[in-house]
Amino acid sequence: MSEVIVVTSGKGGVGKTTVTANIGCGLAMLGYKVVLVDADTGLRNLDVVLGMENRIVFDLTDVIEEKCRLRQALIKDRRFEELFLLPTAQTKDKSAVTPKDMQNICSQLREHFDYVIVDSPAGIEQGFQSAVAGVEKAIVVTVPEVAAVRDADRVVGLLEAKAEIRDPKLIINRLRMQMVQRGDMMTLEDMHDILGLELLGVIPDDEQVVIATNRGDPIVINENSLSGRAFKDIVRRMLGEPVPLMNLENGEGFFNRLRRIIGLG
Amino acid sequence: MLDFLARLLGRESPGSKNVAKERLRLVLVHDRAGVSPQLLQLLKNDMVEVISKYMEIDEKGLSVNLERADNQVALVASIPVKKMKRVAGNPA
Ligand SMILES: Nc1ncnc2c1ncn2[C@@H]1O[C@H](COP(=O)(O)OP(=O)(O)OP(=O)(O)O)[C@@H](O)[C@H]1O
Ligand SMILES: [Mg+2]
Repeated sequence: MSEVIVVTSGKGGVGKTTVTANIGCGLAMLGYKVVLVDADTGLRNLDVVLGMENRIVFDLTDVIEEKCRLRQALIKDRRFEELFLLPTAQTKDKSAVTPKDMQNICSQLREHFDYVIVDSPAGIEQGFQSAVAGVEKAIVVTVPEVAAVRDADRVVGLLEAKAEIRDPKLIINRLRMQMVQRGDMMTLEDMHDILGLELLGVIPDDEQVVIATNRGDPIVINENSLSGRAFKDIVRRMLGEPVPLMNLENGEGFFNRLRRIIGLG
Repeated sequence: MLDFLARLLGRESPGSKNVAKERLRLVLVHDRAGVSPQLLQLLKNDMVEVISKYMEIDEKGLSVNLERADNQVALVASIPVKKMKRVAGNPA
């Protein structure tokens, strides 16, 4: 049985494309057949994050305009046998892909893949509406800041109202451990409280993510990085394994140690 | 002094995250109500039904809104009353 999932956020720049690339690679590393669909027409990024930008011949809009067949537009990953990208057009705008088109494409893809993962554009307008049209599940990405969490809440409301997608899962990205420890960043518990969504995982703010993206190799491939392990854990949770959350919040800081020592902790 | 120590040691979180959480909580009360105006309408209908058991009200003049004051959000209702009903158990 295949799953069709959108990765979305409301607010821009919080890590949708990074999450899409990493969970896609993570699932493919375990042998699942995965296709990643870039729904950010006009601002495509997924190809670059995956290191596939030089191999695009046809894209999503060519398929819609019947300039090529669907399978001709799929780009096969060089690292993982079962990972594919369906890129979108960089020189068109969001109106080139309608919700109807996406329903059509997703229902064809699900015949051939275990996972179809759609990278949504920021915002709640037409591009978002199309991105969610053909899916049945959603992952909402946010960062621990007021504006991003607020927008995430809005998106959750729209997913339910417009697309009948219930119980989206939450990923909190770019958590900064030192800031949490000194009380300057909302905790996982805070955000779970406020949004009321099941937490799929948390990714630390990690410069390794940027370095990996520079190279076009998603961080999940790197066994030794904290963020790479966080993505692996997320993938395992998606498969139904009960993996405990990484403890990113309660490192033994100086104050913790002092508190314990003088018996306040 | 003890208070100061506790704060220094992070017992009472002096950081900005509690401010963030509180602001978020308030703003979401509004946002969520805005996303579904139906919710306020349903609430209005129910209120009319309940209040009408006790008094005759002017349904057209009824207003129910969420209003925000400093640190909380309040449900503010204005309900013009035309006439009190004589209910069993009411001595008047
Ligand atoms: N955990 C992280 N640690 C450090 N940097 C990160 C992390 N996650 C994402 N980034 C960086 O943040 C930037 C934005 O990420 P990304 O492009 O994935 O966001 P997006 O939500 O897809 O943006 P858009 O709304 O523009 O599509 C990128 O430069 C990415 O490398
Ligand atoms: Mg993106």
